[in-house]
This record gives sequence, structure tokens and C-alpha cells, in this order.
Amino acid sequence: MAGRPEGGAALPSAVSRIASQGAPLSAPLIEMRGITKSFGAVKANEAVDLSVAPGEILGLLGENGAGKTTLMNVLFGAYAPDAGEILVEGRPIAIHNSADALAAGIGMVHQHFHLAPRLTVLENLLIGIPGKSGRIDRARGLTRLTEISRQYGLSLDPNLPVSTLSVGEQQRLEIIKALFRGAKLLILDEPTAVLAPSEVDGLFAALRSMAAQGLGIIFISHKLNEVRALTHRCVVLRHGKVAGRVDHPASTTSAEMAKLMCGHEIVPPVKQASTPGASVLTLDGISTSAHAGTPLREISLFVRAGEILGIAGVSGNGQRALADVISGMLPPRAGTMMIAGKAVTQFSPRELQALGLGRIPEDRMTTGLVTNLPLADSMVLPRIGTEAFSRKGLLNPAAIRAFAEQQIKAYDIRCPGPMVRAGALSGGNLQKALLARELAFDPKVLIVSQPTRGLDIGAARFIHEKFLAMRAKGCGIIVIGEDLEELLMLSDRIAVMYEGRIAGTLPSADATVARLGLMMTGAEGRA
Amino acid sequence: MSAVFEQIFQVGFLAAIIRIATPLAFATLGEMFSERAGVLNLGIEGIMLLSAMAGFTAASLSGSLWLGVLVAVLVGALMGALHALFTVALGLSQHVCGIGVTLFSSGLAYFLYRLIFGQQSVPPSIDGFKTVPIPLLSDIPILGPAVFSQFTLVYMAIIAVPLAAFVLYRTPWGLSVRMVGENPRAADSAGVSVIATRFQAVILGGALMGLAGAFLTMAQFNAFTFGVVSGRGWVAIALVVFGRWDPWRSAGAALLFAFVDALQLRMQASGLGHIPYEAFLMLPFIFTIVAMAFMSRSAVAPSALLKPFRREER
Repeated sequence: MAGRPEGGAALPSAVSRIASQGAPLSAPLIEMRGITKSFGAVKANEAVDLSVAPGEILGLLGENGAGKTTLMNVLFGAYAPDAGEILVEGRPIAIHNSADALAAGIGMVHQHFHLAPRLTVLENLLIGIPGKSGRIDRARGLTRLTEISRQYGLSLDPNLPVSTLSVGEQQRLEIIKALFRGAKLLILDEPTAVLAPSEVDGLFAALRSMAAQGLGIIFISHKLNEVRALTHRCVVLRHGKVAGRVDHPASTTSAEMAKLMCGHEIVPPVKQASTPGASVLTLDGISTSAHAGTPLREISLFVRAGEILGIAGVSGNGQRALADVISGMLPPRAGTMMIAGKAVTQFSPRELQALGLGRIPEDRMTTGLVTNLPLADSMVLPRIGTEAFSRKGLLNPAAIRAFAEQQIKAYDIRCPGPMVRAGALSGGNLQKALLARELAFDPKVLIVSQPTRGLDIGAARFIHEKFLAMRAKGCGIIVIGEDLEELLMLSDRIAVMYEGRIAGTLPSADATVARLGLMMTGAEGRA
Repeated sequence: MSAVFEQIFQVGFLAAIIRIATPLAFATLGEMFSERAGVLNLGIEGIMLLSAMAGFTAASLSGSLWLGVLVAVLVGALMGALHALFTVALGLSQHVCGIGVTLFSSGLAYFLYRLIFGQQSVPPSIDGFKTVPIPLLSDIPILGPAVFSQFTLVYMAIIAVPLAAFVLYRTPWGLSVRMVGENPRAADSAGVSVIATRFQAVILGGALMGLAGAFLTMAQFNAFTFGVVSGRGWVAIALVVFGRWDPWRSAGAALLFAFVDALQLRMQASGLGHIPYEAFLMLPFIFTIVAMAFMSRSAVAPSALLKPFRREER
């Protein structure tokens, strides 16, 4: 793979014609030259060059907002570039919409799936495919589906409604959809962000098999270990420009790549030793009745001032109910909860908040904030009725704005201003906003779920540092997460949840990924 | 009481249900196509009225009923295109534009009618469609005279239901309509034009609403009056929900409503005269409200209904 001229621009057209009839591996399948795309004053892409050869897996790396998704949307015809050209097998082509892209053999698996949940697998595949004598050609669809299943080891029941598929299966359907339309180049936008670790292995196996059979793949990610394991070559974007190219990702260290992505060295945060104080939050024998998800069964745990308690577990083992009980959204059926020695079992979310409980919910977009309202409103929402933001039942817009402006500055939240629609912010910036909203009021107890899911290294590091700073200030923090490395790095103790119970609690000094992984499956009891 | 029942349940009653259901079926199918593509068309009431007027006028001036039907369908399609222009191409509020289309169409219908026919003490009428008994089938006892001795437009409505189901569920275009109504982005990324598909569905819907209007002035009443539609369009919107956006169920909903309507008409005419007739008039609407309350809880609207599609939105 190495040694191919980057940008292959000098390729004579005669060669590319031969290439399109199916020969030398070195001819680029797709080439993008000098792509520039602006949204208003923001240059999302600036003079980006990129090429992919048949059989090659190209990693497209970059932090959130670096312009990866924009670049791919240009390639897929969703956005028209302001400048630059796209060549498919050596021929310049104009891609005005996704139909053009598909016709040119470019398929894309978006981060948010483009599927209709109420239609079946087969119907989702056949959309936009011409029928036979005016009817949907189900027979041909089934045949193609079987072929693709056999060729790449991707199978799905064609008659299931998409709403019954798991996230991993929906992603498989998106990949099949692209192949179904004859894609020669497959773009995957952060495909692993939604997958469980076991599903990632399956995806990688399928992608390798596709590349081995001559497809080109662009793999967008900010997870360096994945990029190093999977890709043949990498292009790193920063602030819309190519910040660097990596020819041998497998033999390049994560630190080197991270430096390219962020523009500076990433130093892991230092966890200072601390002596935890008295318990700030105690749960004793908490059980809940059947709730959306797994109910809790006799959960007892505590977190002390200046301590971070990690809650590990495969998602769906009661983590959601736990977070809801602690934040007062779900009243428990049995058991008691105490904050700083005071029984608060049936308290409302507002009462708990007044006692110093902060929560950063798992789903930023739905539970976290109101995407259609200005960011400033979402940032004060939990305390909208307090003296700080309203007087005599009337809002104080100046105070709300000032608070938001102050936090935007303090937390380096990248946005056009406090009055921008919250939903327009990137995930990392939203998470910073939510963090700012809680930390501004010095919580005594903080409960966070999946704090860095979908965030890039820089943003994740920032969040980690804030947690550790809060810990140093004597806040008790509960971090619910699936990323064991993260939990091990942050926590003082780690409790493992399994089927609504605490399967065991370990000091993080005694915990390893392997041991926690075993406990998460229910194999090992209390340590 | 048995005399009342005898009077109510006879061949004529069944025939009345079919006749009442016909314009509702056209209108409901029209609204269903529009909504399956993600566009609520509140212009339905006005579109039916304007089509009814236009069809009646064309038939009355030319003497050709089928020309009248054609004009009604074209006017319906045109008004559908107007609604699509606002809601699909420009992405404006479907509620506001739909009400605008209804007000505009109704106003235009009244205005043009006065302009063409002037003010007359007795509204002008035409020689409307005659029933066309189908050979052999019309000889079947009860069903024959009730269902197979009807207007051609009634037969068209009966055929329209399976045809609509076929188009929606079995053709690539129908799949595109369902997809743009569920997840327009998915359709777009599959190379289907969301704008074009929605335009087509709303225009087809408008054409079907036009047929409903044509039936009212050219088969049912043979005259145009300002109250000729009298809420049938609004009822169709409820029937689409009641029918869960499915052609068969929607047609069933239209039949059920027609049954209650025919029933109240008979009850008015029967020996229950001590009850004010307005009470009977309310029945079908009360029925609709009650049915909606019970049935619509489990009904799930197309996910993208009411949502305009703009591609470069982030």
C-alpha cells in the first residue's frame, strides 16, 4: 500500500481508463482535490486533498468539528463544495446529490442512521431502486441480499421491521444498503461510536473482508487505537485543513497521532492522592419496581467527599434506574437514600438539587437540554426559578445571558454566542455546557452518565480534568460508564452493576480491565 | 320499534351507505397519500369545495359530465400543487398553509360561482350522473341493487382502494412516498428526491380530493351550494387517523362513518320525530370523536409528518 504517490494527480487518463476496467491496485478509486467548503464565516474545509485506492482502508482522523463529516458530505453530494474537484477513477465528476454519488459508486454510512424504522429491512434496501414492470422487485432484492450476505458475511432477516433491530444490526443494514447500490467506496462516519466492544470486532472483520475484495473504505474516527488497528493509511484534519498524513498507522504511536489531531501534546491528567471525607451520598437497600429498563434490586452504595466512585457494567443492567433514583426522577420502591446524613428518599429533583446534587444525564440531546431553545436558556433551566435567574416570577434575561456568557468563556464552549440554538452545538461543546451548568453551583454530589461518549480526546481530557478538580474540592462524584479505561483512570473505587444489583466493589488499585470485565458478566461475586 | 328497524335496514339503506362513503373514501385516500409523504393537507375542505364548483360549472357550461370530472380533478391537483409549493418547496408551516389554502379555495369558489351564475333564488342544477347497473352482478339479491347499481364514480372509489394499497405497498413510488414520510434523510441519501416525491403525493392527494368534490355536485346533489362539502374534508382528516394511514383501514373508516350518517338520516325520517333533528345530525360526528378517542391512541403517524425537509440543515 505504501509508496503510492499521494494525490495521484499525475495519473495519465489512459491508465485510469484501464483501471476502471479493473486492473492496477495503485489507481485511486476516489480523489478529492482542493476541497473548500464554508458555512457562513466558518471554513469547515479548506483546500483538502485526499485519495483512496481500491482495497485500501483510509482513516480520516480529527477532533470534533475538524471538518471530517463536512468533507464526507461533500463527497456524498449532501453539500456542494465552494471550490475543488472530485475524481472517480481518474475522471472528474460533479456530485450534486446523493443520487450522483451512488451512481459514481460512493456509499455512505452516516453517524445517525438513515433508515425508516417502521419499514422492513428489505423495504429500506429497495428504496430508490427501480422496480420491475411498475412493481417493487422483491425477488431481485432478496437475491442481492443473499449474495452480499455470502460475499461479506453480513446477514439480516429481510422481513423484520427496522425498529426491531439492534443498533449494530441497523449499522449492518446501512452497510448492506451501500453495497446493494454497487458502492465501490464505502464511507463510515464514526461507525464504532454506537457499538459495544464485541460488535466492533465483527464490524472490523467485515470491513477487512470488503477491502480484501477490492472495495475502498474511508473510516472516520477519533479513536486512535481503532484507526491504528484497522486502517492502511491516515489523513488527519484539524480546523478544516489537512494537518498531516500517516502512511503506516500500525507502527505510529497514538501519542504522535493525537498530537497531529490536537496540534499539541496530550498529557494524561494527574490524579492527586486524596483522603476521602464523610459520606455525602448513601443508598441503602434501594429497589425499584419495573421501570423502562432493568429495575434496581437492593442497591447499597456510598460515595464520600473528595472521592470518585465508578459504576461499571454492560449498559442495560440498571444504570439508568440508578441515575434516575439518585437524581429524584424515579422514586424507589424500597430502601433509603441520604445526602450528607439527611434522608432524602422521596425528594423531588428540585429539592435534591437544592441540597447540592448535580446531574449530567446520559443523553445530552433529550434529557440534557432543549435543543430548539437558545443555549443560555438550557444552561439555566434546572435553576430557572431561583433568585439568580428570576425575580417575582419574571425571568431575568440579563442575568441568564450573563451567566451563559461567563460559562462559555470559562469552559471554552465553541459557539456563536449564548443565544444560539443549543442543538446546533457539537457533542463536545454540549457536554461542556452541561458540565458548566452543574459545576457553577458547586455541587456536593455529582452523578454523571457516560460523560465522554462520542467526544474527542481533547474534549474528554477537559472533562476528566474538571472531574478531578471537583474531587480535589471535596465533591463526591459517581461516574456511570462503559469505558473501563476511563473508569480506572478517574475512580477511587469501582462498583460493578449486574442485573440491577451491585455485583461487587473494588478499590481501583486492585481493579483491572480483565477482572472488571469478568464481574460485568456476573461471573465473579463480591470481591 | 320493529317498524322503525324495518324502515331503516333495507336495500336502500345499504345503497345510501355506499353513496355517502364514496366522496369520503376519495377524500380520505387523498389525504392519506399526502400524509404518508409527510404533508398534512388542511386545505382539503377548500379544495373539495373549489373542485365541486369548478366541476359543476364545467359540466353545466359544456354539457359534458366527464369533462366536469376532469376539470374537478385538475383543479384539485392544482390546489394540491399550491399547498406543496408552500409546505414542501418553501418548507412553511403545514397547519397555517393548509388553512390558508382552504380559506383561499372556498373564497375563490364562492366568488367565481357568483360571477358565473349570478344570484338566483333557485340554485341552477344539472342532469347529474345516472346509475349504471353492472350486468349479472346487479342481479345478486340485496348486494346487487345496493352496490352494483351505482354511479360510475362509486365503482371508481371501490377500485381506488385496492389500487391505492397496491401503489403504496407494491410500487417503488409508493415505497418512496412511505420513506419520505418516515425518514426523508434516508430517502435523500438513497437518491430519492424528497421534494419531488412529496410534490407528487400532495398533487395526487389533491386530485383525489377533486374527485370527491366532483361526486358531490355531479352525482349526489347535481347542484352547487355553498354548504355542499359541509365538513366532509375535516372528517376525512379524522378518518385518516382512524384508518391508521392505511388505504384499507381508511376506506373502512369511511364506510363506518357513512353507516352512522345513513343511520341518522333514516332515524330523522322515522318515527322518532319528538327528538330535534339536529341531535341526529350530530351523531356521525360524536361517533367520530368517540372512535378517535378509543382508536387513535395506538395509531402512530408517519414520523416525518409536519416536518419540512431541508438538506443543508445541520
